[in-house]
Amino acid sequence: MMIRTLPLWLAGLLLVGGAHATQAEHIHASKAWIRLLPGNLPAGAFVALENSGDQPASLHSGQSPAYGEVMLHKSSTEGGMGRMQMVDNMPVPAHGKAALSPGGYHLMLMNAQHPVKVGDTVTIGLQFSDGSVLNTDFIVRPANTIDGSEPPPTPGTDQSGH
Amino acid sequence: MNSADFRIKLYRPARMLLLLALLAAAVLISACHRDEPMGWRLTNVTGHMPDLDFKLIDDQGKTVTGKDFRGKAVLLFFGYTHCPDVCPLTLAQLHVVMQRLGPQADQARILFVSVDPARDTPDIMHAYVNAFDPRAVGLTGSAGDVEALAKRYRSAFTREPNKGDNNYDVSHSSAIYLFDQDGKARLLSTPANPQDDLVHDLSLLIGTSS
Repeated sequence: MMIRTLPLWLAGLLLVGGAHATQAEHIHASKAWIRLLPGNLPAGAFVALENSGDQPASLHSGQSPAYGEVMLHKSSTEGGMGRMQMVDNMPVPAHGKAALSPGGYHLMLMNAQHPVKVGDTVTIGLQFSDGSVLNTDFIVRPANTIDGSEPPPTPGTDQSGH
Repeated sequence: MNSADFRIKLYRPARMLLLLALLAAAVLISACHRDEPMGWRLTNVTGHMPDLDFKLIDDQGKTVTGKDFRGKAVLLFFGYTHCPDVCPLTLAQLHVVMQRLGPQADQARILFVSVDPARDTPDIMHAYVNAFDPRAVGLTGSAGDVEALAKRYRSAFTREPNKGDNNYDVSHSSAIYLFDQDGKARLLSTPANPQDDLVHDLSLLIGTSS
């Protein structure tokens, strides 16, 4: 039990000590969206992160009341093979940026706890390696969205210019 | 000066050989491309890959073969529905390609072949492909039939061992194979190719055959 709660103890000590602010406090999240897939298929979540702190931060995972399981994954298409693997962390450099974006890092959302539909807002707690959590609102977009950080095109308008 | 002259003389036979080789290559290339317009932007595989041929189950539950898609330009690629990132991104990009083609898109079909037929039933495939584009068809079948098609186009895929909770990862070739309306393999597109190239070549492919 001690081992399991060790990160919490450490986080608590850090807070009491006031020596360091948490990673989450230095992170600004923007352009958060979810690619919704039909049925009970896993969805992908994407977000841009900016670290204003002097220390590097590291996104470890996520948690959400809307999904039974949230995992940090990374896609790659090296050597002509598309593959997806679980990763432990995505680094966000000090005074730098990193993003979960299509074709790269993403959060895989599984086992929706209730039906999620396009236009909904889903809150995901972004968990950092020091145990700190940044609650972020993600907008749910349709499956065939290319870049969900852009507002969706107005229906009926010509998209051929893109 | 002298040494330069000497060098040229010394290498003249080699240069002649090179010239002959280039000439031979030029003849070969022009033979390959005899009856088609130049100017493809994607990788031209005409004559190097077999015609579109398979026997699989479509997303309506019907048995279909490669011949059922004669008359349409075909964009074939392999993937699986429990892939929340790369497969949806590819399908979303192909949806944009179809939109950019305008009315020509009616002459094209996207064939999304599942390399994970154990989980991808026709019903799941139907909901999946239609979330992207009405001209997309989901294909599934026995593991052997899917493997036969992947092998035919030298497309590799692997399935990680099942961890017991029905969650496992699949890696698969990320290329898109383009066939003309006669079912001939013509072009290969990879994630490195800009979308403009795919629109350009697909439009050319449809325009030259119809």
